[in-house]
Amino acid sequence: MDLHEIVSSLSLEVTTPELSLTREVTGGYVSDLLSDVMGNSHAGNIWITLQIHLNIIAVASLKELSGIILVNNRKPDADTLKKAVAENIPVMTSSLPTFELVGRLYALGLRCR
Amino acid sequence: MPVEFRADLHIHSCLSPCADLFMTPRNIIEKAASLGINLIAVCDHNSAENIAATLELGRKHGITVIPGMEITSTEETHILGLFGSLEKSYEMQAVIYEHLQPGDNDEDVFGIQVVVNEEDEVLGFNKRLLIGSTDLPVNRIVDLIHGFGGLAIAGHIDREAFGIIGQLGFIPAGIGFDALEISSRTPVDKAMETFGMYRSIPWITSSDAHELEDIGRRTVGLHLNHATFEELCLALRGVEGREVIF
Repeated sequence: MDLHEIVSSLSLEVTTPELSLTREVTGGYVSDLLSDVMGNSHAGNIWITLQIHLNIIAVASLKELSGIILVNNRKPDADTLKKAVAENIPVMTSSLPTFELVGRLYALGLRCR
Repeated sequence: MPVEFRADLHIHSCLSPCADLFMTPRNIIEKAASLGINLIAVCDHNSAENIAATLELGRKHGITVIPGMEITSTEETHILGLFGSLEKSYEMQAVIYEHLQPGDNDEDVFGIQVVVNEEDEVLGFNKRLLIGSTDLPVNRIVDLIHGFGGLAIAGHIDREAFGIIGQLGFIPAGIGFDALEISSRTPVDKAMETFGMYRSIPWITSSDAHELEDIGRRTVGLHLNHATFEELCLALRGVEGREVIF
């Protein structure tokens, strides 16, 4: 499954239109503690969080995550978006709360791996 | 010629919902005096309303009280702001109140938030949700503290809960902290080993006392000419022999 498929299935808003959505998504990870994401996520995971601090991009880049979905309509600020584009980390937003969003990702077949 | 002073720069009063009711300004000052501590900072969660009484009592007992506040950022990190005067801490408090999560404190769940005077008499109860977080990003809080001439210190960086490294993975570059605080939970050698990459920023360690017996369980040594906020600022910058002994 690629990011494009997830974006269209869940009607996500893409905040980094400059970036390609052809990246393969191998699984998912959910956490708002960035230290936990650094320790426990896997390369290729899509990361679901409500944190919008600039550091999310560095963590996603370090762990080679396929992208970030922000929940509850949280909007990244300009600095975060600039860094996302520079590091090639697609950032999407959803109006759904985490529970709902993750349920739908699971239904699409994504697992935590 | 600087001489050594002992400081405990992170003490909660009974204004913090999670702190013991015996943490009155009078008890805090008497305890600090009995331990030979020269400087303290009272840092309640998102409020400075018990500083005035503590300052007054500190003056009588020869203890320097630095007005402080433990501010919760939108990322749920704890940032200590230390200020050069009561007025500056109140100016910061006004901004924090404007940005604090709305809602009333539930005393049964979080604890009571007592404002007292120098005689331990209750002046009132703070009704705000002091345990909540502000909607201010951590970078903005640091800038605001600096705008009021204060010191911005990342609180208990060794704690996963509300520590900046736990919440944000690492300390963001260029954020401008004046110091990092190591809590009493981590031995000094262990802290050096784990957080050694952040030694370019000065470190302090303090008690984060919520109960009287916690006061002074960690203190930091300071080489200062006088026990003042201005000298503390100079020590953090290592000016003319002043220094933090960690």
